[in-house]
Amino acid sequence: MTDHSAHISAKHLNFFYGATQALHDVSVDLKRSRVTAFIGPSGCGKSTFLRTLNRMNDIIDDTRVEGQVLVDGLDVYSGACNVIDLRRKIGMVFQKSNPFPKSIFDNIAYGSRIHGEKSRRVLEEVVERSLRRSGLWDEVKDRLDHNAMGLSGGQQQRLCIARALAVNPEVLLMDEPASALDPRSTARIEDLISELRGDYTIVIVTHNMQQAARVSDETAFFYEGKLIEVGVTKQIFTNPTEKQTEDYITGRFG
Amino acid sequence: MAQASQYWKARLIRYLFMAAAATSILIVVLVFLFLGRESVPFIAKHGLGAIFGGQWQPVSFENEQFGMLPLITGSILVTLLATVLAVPFGIVAAIYIAEMASAAEREIWKPVIELLAGIPSVVLGFFGLVVVAPLVKEVFGLTSGLNAFTGAVLLALMAIPTIITISEDAIRNVPQSYKEASFSLGASKLQTIWKVTVPAALSGIVAAVMLGVGRVVGETMAVMMVTGNAAVITFSPTESVRTMTATVAAEMGEVPFGSDHYHALFVIGVVLLLMTFGLNMVAQRVLRKYRIG
Repeated sequence: MTDHSAHISAKHLNFFYGATQALHDVSVDLKRSRVTAFIGPSGCGKSTFLRTLNRMNDIIDDTRVEGQVLVDGLDVYSGACNVIDLRRKIGMVFQKSNPFPKSIFDNIAYGSRIHGEKSRRVLEEVVERSLRRSGLWDEVKDRLDHNAMGLSGGQQQRLCIARALAVNPEVLLMDEPASALDPRSTARIEDLISELRGDYTIVIVTHNMQQAARVSDETAFFYEGKLIEVGVTKQIFTNPTEKQTEDYITGRFG
Repeated sequence: MAQASQYWKARLIRYLFMAAAATSILIVVLVFLFLGRESVPFIAKHGLGAIFGGQWQPVSFENEQFGMLPLITGSILVTLLATVLAVPFGIVAAIYIAEMASAAEREIWKPVIELLAGIPSVVLGFFGLVVVAPLVKEVFGLTSGLNAFTGAVLLALMAIPTIITISEDAIRNVPQSYKEASFSLGASKLQTIWKVTVPAALSGIVAAVMLGVGRVVGETMAVMMVTGNAAVITFSPTESVRTMTATVAAEMGEVPFGSDHYHALFVIGVVLLLMTFGLNMVAQRVLRKYRIG
């Protein structure tokens, strides 16, 4: 029996960009080894919320957090949390694929290298394992020394996923990972998420409701910085409790 | 009729613009031709080997010597020292301003650096004479502070604003998404700067360094004022040296027109031109090597 206890818990989370409040009292448990989808119209705070989980909002000036985010019970905004360890544990994939302008090998090895791994043999293993995991190995194994910028958009995004997996995270945050891709590449990313499902706690922000329905176990609906409803995906899509969720899902706004 | 005049108007404007563009090429060609013409008589009489002679004694009753090696080594020594001083300093400062300083701080740094870039070299020369030279003399325990090191310090001061401004632009142009990727993998700020931001900005940084060094090689006034102007072959920073530029500037005014000495000064100009040309070629090479595409 897989453990599906709360892996990440937000408790009464408020978030501010300067004087603008972007998140209002968000409380939610994200379950271990499950795929949770965040849906909602643009500007509803779902990406902002995602970025509070690995403290990526820290690098934006003039932002403020209130409340708690607990990862394995530890408050990531307390002094006891080391942000470097946190981000190692929580990998992230961005909306726009962002490989470094380096070789494919150096992209994947980057995380291990900054964490002190020097052995070429170990790095080669990490690179192969991560690329196999993201389904890219067969496509790139003969040109690992080529620049990653030369890959197609879909390949770049899978490279970014491989790069995130290379540091052995427990959680994978994906911020609209397929929104800039063509349908075929999108399907490959979705297949990949299905393959990773169960091994990682995955949180995916998406605009595409069919995508949320296809890949996720749980779905959270955000609207105007508030978490309106969260539950098992099937139930959210067939029988939502809140009127707003139903309106959004049936396409009445958003 | 109206159409035809439209056509000729467009033509005319095109040629006007072309003439403006062609002027710069023409001037470069003329400079080359002129330098070549004036230096040929010297080469014809003394041979190319004369350039590598070890003594520069252009004014003498018995035996004039036009060996340019001391001037070439003087220029190289001062340039190298200035580069060693300016490049690390400039790049680190650029990183600080681009990546670490707050927006308010940046508002102060940038105009101050631009101000530094705008100081006339003669004024910097004064500063060198009055402040840097005595300081160098004290620190190294020398009899005179007018030496290669003092010159290099001033040249570094001139190169630094160029290096900072252009490097800073390059660093700030590195997409935020690269840095986010690095941070999301658990990299610290410093790791991100050294392993992602600086490598991604490298072509711009190399260009900045080359422009800065280019300014150093060609600079005349400040070095003439503080390097002591002794034409000796040396690689010691604390000795007086004489650069190629300073030699031309100091002697051109008094040289008899058409004499060997006169033509020798033009040969110096050609050598200087070839050196900067070579520097540019190396810069292009380096840029191409690091440009990733």
